[in-house]
Amino acid sequence: MAIYGWLQLVLFVALLFGLAKPVGLYILRVLDAEGKTFLDPLLRSLERLLYRFLGIDPQQEQTWQQYAFSLLVFSLVGCLFTYGVLRLQGILPLNPQHFGPMSPDLAFNTAASFTTNTDWQNYGGESTLSYFSQMVGLVFHNFVSAAAGIGVAAALMRGISRHEAKTVGNFWTDMVRTNLYLLLPLSLLFALFLVSQGVIQTFQPYVPVETLEQTAEGSSPSVQTLAQGPVASQAAIKMLGTNGGGFMNANAAHPYENPTPLSNFLQILAIFLIPSGLTYTLGRMTGNQRHGWAVWSAMALLFLAGLLVAWTAEIAGNPRLHALGVSASGGSMEGKEVRFGIFGSTLFAVVTTDASCGAVNAMHDSLTPLGGLVPLLNIQLGEVIFGGVGAGLYGMLVFVVLTVFLAGLMIGRTPEYLGKKIEAYDIKASVIAVLVPIFSILGFAGWAAVSGWGIAALANRGPHGLSEILYAFSSASGNNGSAFAGLNGNTPWYNMTLGAAMLAGRFFIIVPVLALAGNLARKKRVSDSQGSFPVSDGTFVLLLVATVIIVGALTFFPALSLGPVVEHFIMTGSDRLF
Amino acid sequence: MAGKKQSLFHGGIVARAAVESFKKLHPRSMVKNPVMFVTEVGAFITTLGLVARTDQEPVGFSFQVTLWLWFTVLFANFAEAVAEGRGKAQANELRKTRTQTSARRVEPDGTPLNIPADQLRKGDVVLVSAGEIIPADGEIVEGAATVDESAITGESAPVIREAGGDRSAVTGGTKVLSDSIRVRVTANPGESFLDHMIGLVEGARRQKTPNEIALTILLSALTLIFLVAILSFKLFGLYSNVSFSVTVLVALLVCLIPTTIGGLLSAIGIAGIDRLVQKNVLAMSGRAVEAAGDVDVLLLDKTGTITLGDRQASELLPAAGVRVEELADAAQLASLADETPEGRSIVVLAKQYGLRGRSIAEMPHARFIPFTAQTRMSGIDTDGRRIRKGASDAIREYTDRPFPPEIAAAVEEISQKGGTPLVVSDNDRVLGVVHLKDIVKGGLRDRFERFRAMGIRTVMITGDNRLTAAAIAEEAGVDDFLAEARPEDKLALIRKEQAAGHLVAMTGDGTNDAPALAQADVGVAMNTGTQAAKEAGNMVDLDSNPTKLIEIVEIGKQMLMTRGALTTFSIANDVAKYFAILPAMLVGAFPAIAPLNLMRLGSSGSAILSAVIFNALIIIALIPLALRGVHFRPMSAAVLLRRNLFLYGLGGLVAPFIGIKLIDMLIHGLGLV
Repeated sequence: MAIYGWLQLVLFVALLFGLAKPVGLYILRVLDAEGKTFLDPLLRSLERLLYRFLGIDPQQEQTWQQYAFSLLVFSLVGCLFTYGVLRLQGILPLNPQHFGPMSPDLAFNTAASFTTNTDWQNYGGESTLSYFSQMVGLVFHNFVSAAAGIGVAAALMRGISRHEAKTVGNFWTDMVRTNLYLLLPLSLLFALFLVSQGVIQTFQPYVPVETLEQTAEGSSPSVQTLAQGPVASQAAIKMLGTNGGGFMNANAAHPYENPTPLSNFLQILAIFLIPSGLTYTLGRMTGNQRHGWAVWSAMALLFLAGLLVAWTAEIAGNPRLHALGVSASGGSMEGKEVRFGIFGSTLFAVVTTDASCGAVNAMHDSLTPLGGLVPLLNIQLGEVIFGGVGAGLYGMLVFVVLTVFLAGLMIGRTPEYLGKKIEAYDIKASVIAVLVPIFSILGFAGWAAVSGWGIAALANRGPHGLSEILYAFSSASGNNGSAFAGLNGNTPWYNMTLGAAMLAGRFFIIVPVLALAGNLARKKRVSDSQGSFPVSDGTFVLLLVATVIIVGALTFFPALSLGPVVEHFIMTGSDRLF
Repeated sequence: MAGKKQSLFHGGIVARAAVESFKKLHPRSMVKNPVMFVTEVGAFITTLGLVARTDQEPVGFSFQVTLWLWFTVLFANFAEAVAEGRGKAQANELRKTRTQTSARRVEPDGTPLNIPADQLRKGDVVLVSAGEIIPADGEIVEGAATVDESAITGESAPVIREAGGDRSAVTGGTKVLSDSIRVRVTANPGESFLDHMIGLVEGARRQKTPNEIALTILLSALTLIFLVAILSFKLFGLYSNVSFSVTVLVALLVCLIPTTIGGLLSAIGIAGIDRLVQKNVLAMSGRAVEAAGDVDVLLLDKTGTITLGDRQASELLPAAGVRVEELADAAQLASLADETPEGRSIVVLAKQYGLRGRSIAEMPHARFIPFTAQTRMSGIDTDGRRIRKGASDAIREYTDRPFPPEIAAAVEEISQKGGTPLVVSDNDRVLGVVHLKDIVKGGLRDRFERFRAMGIRTVMITGDNRLTAAAIAEEAGVDDFLAEARPEDKLALIRKEQAAGHLVAMTGDGTNDAPALAQADVGVAMNTGTQAAKEAGNMVDLDSNPTKLIEIVEIGKQMLMTRGALTTFSIANDVAKYFAILPAMLVGAFPAIAPLNLMRLGSSGSAILSAVIFNALIIIALIPLALRGVHFRPMSAAVLLRRNLFLYGLGGLVAPFIGIKLIDMLIHGLGLV
């Protein structure tokens, strides 16, 4: 069994590595308002038309404040639009199942969720939403929230590479170009591939089928409704834009969304495709390709470490079940799809939480304690392991700034990052970006853990219940969107708190990151020499990995020790209690 | 005080610091240091708990934890107080020089008036005569005098200070040995360099440097993170039916927040300034010391920094048909009245050719021609002879005929070797050439080599021509040189380097150095220099030794490295503390978690107490390192980083595991818990 896992892993990392450069180079052109791509003959006139329609001068760059303002206004309008669509879906078209309006708190939660690239779903797609709501209200955000994330990363990269500059790019230009030249063509291509694997794409109403099995002896065959819909178009951007919001409630575990091992493998790769490419773009933009690869390597190391821990735990399975006579050879298959197996499910779980994707092809609630700890910790580390499109890179760059500051002093100079002195303002912006998700996760989860509304929604008590609460708020604050499940999130309290956590975890990070970008752009560049802090060697990679782990682990170790950690020890060691 | 090194803890300082550490407990002074303030609040809360007895733990345990929490705060205060005490002790040594109580101020009508020295104001003119002490920093406006500056520099040989020129500045507290001078006061009492310096090491006027501010923000953020982590832990504990006592939660919090670096941060900064004072350098701000660490271009004046101050005559090259003795005789005559070191070295060299020493007094009819910038030669008119020595082109003009070929060749060759050729003539006959040579100081090449490894470029500044400059630059091993430099070229060079993203340090003494000193990121003025130069720079070297620039850079780097090393150490420590405290807190409710107790600590109580004690003692243990600075050797950033990461990162990870285990064994041995 394991040999196929290893083969897949080697292939996965090789593809990830090989695709980083072409994707990164392409993104570099997309992010340049003047950049030329092979799609220019097809799309250039459309791009110009859009600028004219929106009244944008693509050459007119913005300060970080203007960039942030544009982004916030755009997100607010998008959020209200989706809220409106969800509340009014009963009277909107493409609603063959005649679904009624969403409740206000659930609509708020869902609108916030998709605006923030979280795609946390407190609803079952096929049982709640019309095709119009899915395609227009939600998929719209799958594109623009991904593009906004890439835009913020671009602004930060520009800030790092520019000097004595006032501007960090133009939000509207980034938004238009990223969608037009990157996300739409890629999604189209990927959707076609998914259709080839059997993912459906249709506007037909749901299909009732008679099952062969009969519910009772002699009774008529029972009828099952097969949900239909335009799934492929949504599944493609769901992965490529690290959104994660499935068309179906079962997400990527559903055969209509993820039918084959090949579609599974490529969907996982699609999650990391753009985030991995962006590290190459970083190298190009900063003129230090080795630095780009150093960031890539740090991410790859963290990814492999998490995967190996989770995979080992899942293969080992649950000794208590083995003691009951369940075969140990297969590892823990509870909650997993047979067509993906242990590796295909574990890889998906680790990747979807390394990035802020949140699509799932297995029940995270059923993972072993350590197997579940890894996805949880991945989110809590800030989703910087390749991470969400754009969000992962800017999150990681905040850690780079902190790493450089912490260790930079040790070479006997005030810290500098690629020639930029890291000063009080930069540290302030960086620590806010790190503090906000931490406060949001621990604050909301602590509140929920001692409140009636928090506990009532739990399917399990004890350490596992705590993991469920922690996971929910980590996922929301980290804009991941995957659920541990086992927690009924569709209650007014959870809808509101999770929605608030998602908004805080998105915008209270983006604004300080843009401030950091603006401040770095403004600085003079200090020349590079033998005495400069090395940001492209092995020492730096290990240092960055250590900073990410130490900040995350030190922060969440107490909380985790009462959740998955103690659960693990109870599972493995409770037969020798002392 | 010059060059004197005190032992780190000398009795008086320790006793005073111990008292100070209690005074510093006042919240008003604690709040400047967020990390230690949180610790103090924590200690206060556990003290209240001790009185109210709300927790169920044994009182002995709560008492001991509380006690050690207070020790943590006190130890941090003690570190700061010791650093301040050492600085003050040095400042007081300097201050002893200012015991003068009166001064003779020259009134507008020209009459001197005796007034107390502390009534002097900037702009006042005072009269100082032989045997008197100069009452304030100032500039000589009239007269010249020999001054004993040993009180400031430790150098016993008196120096000449005179009005006009670049040696007009005098420092308060130094003593006039001969003659009488009028001095314009340039600093109000309490605003002199010395006062600045004293203020920098004392708490009141000390301001955080930019890097200290940034670091404090980061440390405060870490403190906030742990505060939230611990508060939420209490809530998660309630969910899990585990009740954590306030004492234990505070203990965990204090162990996790970066108290080690938080407690030592200001001591490190003060010690950095202090080390400068030990080298006889006064810094105008802590920021200047920090900037010194960042410098990557050193502008070094050739004269005095790279070469010994003076050129020495090393060789006599006679013209064809002239005996070398004849040349020696003429050269000696021409130099008799030349009191410059070059002139004296010619007299000394001439003696080697069997000439007896002559003195001016023997030649009543001789007329001495002094050197001027216009003629660029000096000499003597005696017995119908007009003997001159000077720059080659000046002599050629003077003799009004071309040099003989062997002389022209000798001049060319000496120039190429970096020397200065002095041509000697008798009437219009050229006798030969004296080779004046720059003597490069020993050990510089090696030092510049190490600086290069750290990415610091050295640039030699000289008024010499390119050929000369290139030869000396080659011999000294500097990276680059600026020849035929005028003061404005220096300024232009600094601007150019800064525009290219470099941070520049330089030394200077003349008034015309002032703009460059002000423009440089680190400008070290020589104490012998003019007041204008001193005001423009951000450091003053009391010994007026330009080579010290190199040491200043090293001290700056060392201070930053110490800060970084202890921050890394402090954060790395947390891992072990978690493994000590968390299992102890949880094992009661979840016995299965026992394997997490990696150190096999004796009991829950002793585990928590050991971590708290280790956390407090590590501050005391690291005070010497904070004051002395981490060991510094110039090497490339990558190597330095690996080395320090290994020492302080890995060391910080491992050390507390061992330390806490040992303390735990001791606690059990003594039966404290």
